[in-house]
Amino acid sequence: MTTPFSERLDRRTAIKWIATAAASATMMPRLAAQVQATTEPEVTIVGAYEGPGYGTDPDLLKDYAPGDLWPLTFDDQQRQTAAVLCGLIIPADARSPSAADLKIHDLLDEWVSSPYPQQAGDRLIILEGLGRLDMLAMSEYGRNFAELGNADQGTLCDRLAKQMPMPEAPTEADQELQKTQRFFKRFRELTAGAFFTTPEGLKDIGYRGNVPLAVFPKPPADLLRRLGLEVD
Amino acid sequence: MPTISSDQINSDYDVIVVGSGAGGGQTAYTLAMEGVKVLMLEAGRSYDPVTETPMFQGLKSAPLRGGGTPDKPFGFYDSTVDGGWTVPGEPYVRASKGRENQFNWWRSRMMGGRTNHWGRLSFRNGQYDFKPKSRDGLGFDWPLDYKDIEPYYDKVEQLIGVYGNNDGLENTPNSSPGVLLPPPAPRVGERYVQKHAKGIGIPIVAAHRAVLTKRQDAENLPAKLHPGNEKAQRVLKQAMQSRAACFWATDCGRGCSIKATYQSTTVHLPPALATGNLDIVPDAMVREVMVGDDGKAKGILFVDKTTGKEVRVKARAVVLAASAAETVRIMLNSRSKVFPEGVANSTGLVGKYLMDTVGAGLQGQFPALENLPPMNEDGAGGAHVYAPWWLYKQQLAGDLNFARGYHIELRSGRPPDMGTGAGLDKLNGGGNWGQPFKEDVRRYHGSFIGFAGRGEMIPNERSFCELDPVVKDKWGIPVLRFHWEWSDHELNQAAHMQKTFKDIIEASGGKVWGKLPAAQGRDAIHPGGDIIHEVGGALMGADRTKSVTDQWNRTWDVPNLYLTDGAPFVSNADKNPTLTLMALAWRASDHLIGELKRGNI
Repeated sequence: MTTPFSERLDRRTAIKWIATAAASATMMPRLAAQVQATTEPEVTIVGAYEGPGYGTDPDLLKDYAPGDLWPLTFDDQQRQTAAVLCGLIIPADARSPSAADLKIHDLLDEWVSSPYPQQAGDRLIILEGLGRLDMLAMSEYGRNFAELGNADQGTLCDRLAKQMPMPEAPTEADQELQKTQRFFKRFRELTAGAFFTTPEGLKDIGYRGNVPLAVFPKPPADLLRRLGLEVD
Repeated sequence: MPTISSDQINSDYDVIVVGSGAGGGQTAYTLAMEGVKVLMLEAGRSYDPVTETPMFQGLKSAPLRGGGTPDKPFGFYDSTVDGGWTVPGEPYVRASKGRENQFNWWRSRMMGGRTNHWGRLSFRNGQYDFKPKSRDGLGFDWPLDYKDIEPYYDKVEQLIGVYGNNDGLENTPNSSPGVLLPPPAPRVGERYVQKHAKGIGIPIVAAHRAVLTKRQDAENLPAKLHPGNEKAQRVLKQAMQSRAACFWATDCGRGCSIKATYQSTTVHLPPALATGNLDIVPDAMVREVMVGDDGKAKGILFVDKTTGKEVRVKARAVVLAASAAETVRIMLNSRSKVFPEGVANSTGLVGKYLMDTVGAGLQGQFPALENLPPMNEDGAGGAHVYAPWWLYKQQLAGDLNFARGYHIELRSGRPPDMGTGAGLDKLNGGGNWGQPFKEDVRRYHGSFIGFAGRGEMIPNERSFCELDPVVKDKWGIPVLRFHWEWSDHELNQAAHMQKTFKDIIEASGGKVWGKLPAAQGRDAIHPGGDIIHEVGGALMGADRTKSVTDQWNRTWDVPNLYLTDGAPFVSNADKNPTLTLMALAWRASDHLIGELKRGNI
């Protein structure tokens, strides 16, 4: 098992984050900072999150890049694996570049490095998953995932892209594979969300808003007809 | 926003208004326009939407692609600053742990309060909504009728600017002719659902929202709103001319730098300040209403958050509009010789009958909406259509297992976010990657529509707040302890919402997406407070032994203390409370002006 945390993060911080992740699994994320009142067991004091982050009054007009607000986590190998996987999951085509071209892996690094409880679960899934992916590549091909040829990477993606039902008597390898599949699914979701919120992704997906208009247009008549709707 | 500091406070204010949101904003506006000297105290910082709103910033510019965190629960670009479900240094307490007993308290510690980010849905209460007990025997009647408040609905709608149609549906009042602005054209998804919902008897009509779909009539409206008051007309004309019409981009929740939407900070406060009759002190955390030995309100004691010092300020009258629960908190903390249990609390009813709105949701995926062509569906930055409650007759006949109605909001449109592309493995045979995945995201994006029900909660004895005996905030002010319980009316209503959404989705050829309808209402309903329609706690009534205020929002016990936020609400109709709250605040302010003029205060 590769160590999930890089040297850029000290052990103390890592332990704190793991603790947050474990705690947040059982409660609503936004209530992560609940404190128990000692005198009455039924009573809950709802306190606020006062950990690291951008605070309750950040500058909303500034352009933020990964690493601006909190230290990033990926080491070189994790970053490389993440970049390769981004490029495989969303490749370049005629409409837009690949997720790797747009450096979506940097956003994923910002995401898993977030100090907030909302990302704590993803932090574990992604960091451990990147290690699992390399272990799988190593056991199958004797090399890390990023160093494999395109065909071998594709074979592994095929195995991971569909979540397999757990066999009745799962072996350790079955369990490990299923965890890696869960990682793949979450990595794919994060990559897609991050990709399609870039200017290139917005254009690709057909989003044409966020520009001032003098008049709000009605939907195109041929579309309305196609949907069996009245044209007004 | 021009403000003053606590050491610049004058000594000759007629009225102190606590809070700068919808209630405080409307109160200060009405008073200042009519020449009353007003001091407004706001617990949060000053805030100016014109310079601070991130209008066109894309999610790529935000940390975590703008996703919610404990610091910014509705997302990075939500206009709320220093607020949310929790506020650092300002805890609150829940009396019990069960999910059904949970009350979540949203506070916005900022100038303009929650009006900066609200959904702008502006529905009128109807005749039934003011006399619910007379209709079905539950809850309480208001000590006023629809006709008493109708002219104020017209006035508020004309002042803030509301789009919508007059559809003449049951208990869904029309506005007077010429009051409403034209509604925007419905989006494709909205039209699609509208057609199919109609087939199963659910009317979907234009929403009413406080967004200028065209510029206000700055030539004629000021004279209608302030007849005979030339100064007010001049000031309002200027304010209206400074507001642009919606340019069909950006989400209203971010705030609006062109002032096309209503928020207190762009619509109420600037003209009120321009009269020269209003001073605003931000960062003023109100602790209590000071009461004299004669039982009248003398003024306010607050903590200046910038210095930590206590400040006392006097006036002829005090208006609390701090948000329903915060107003209750101030009242309960205002203990004096005359009112040992809190100001204006001789009945012990302050804090009782707290209400929120019943909320439940469901999502649908619609094959017909896959692969839509590229288009701009931003529109007015919120809903263009909604379904008002349509089963009044069935309900009255006893055909339903809950007593009050709900309306349906739907979310259609296509700004991508971090959820885009999630869960497609359920649609594409288990999950893929590469070019097929990229094409699937394109195909399915825009084919999802979310449905949200917003329904009436009936006030009950078990939903209330009181002071916690132990816990204090960082300024040493005792905090609230919330007790919460739904009745079967709310739980059954929440289950009915989800069932209805499923019916609409299936009638539209779609499939329920994600969470299926819950068998039990308790699993469908959002926790209390989640819809952020907290009202009640100091109910108005016709009988001074059974209510806290009279029909003028004036406390029975203290003739110079008014409450103009949601606290005096007697019921919480499915119609979002803000418009009604503002209409009542205007009406209460007119009454207060009369009392000041008559020398009664």
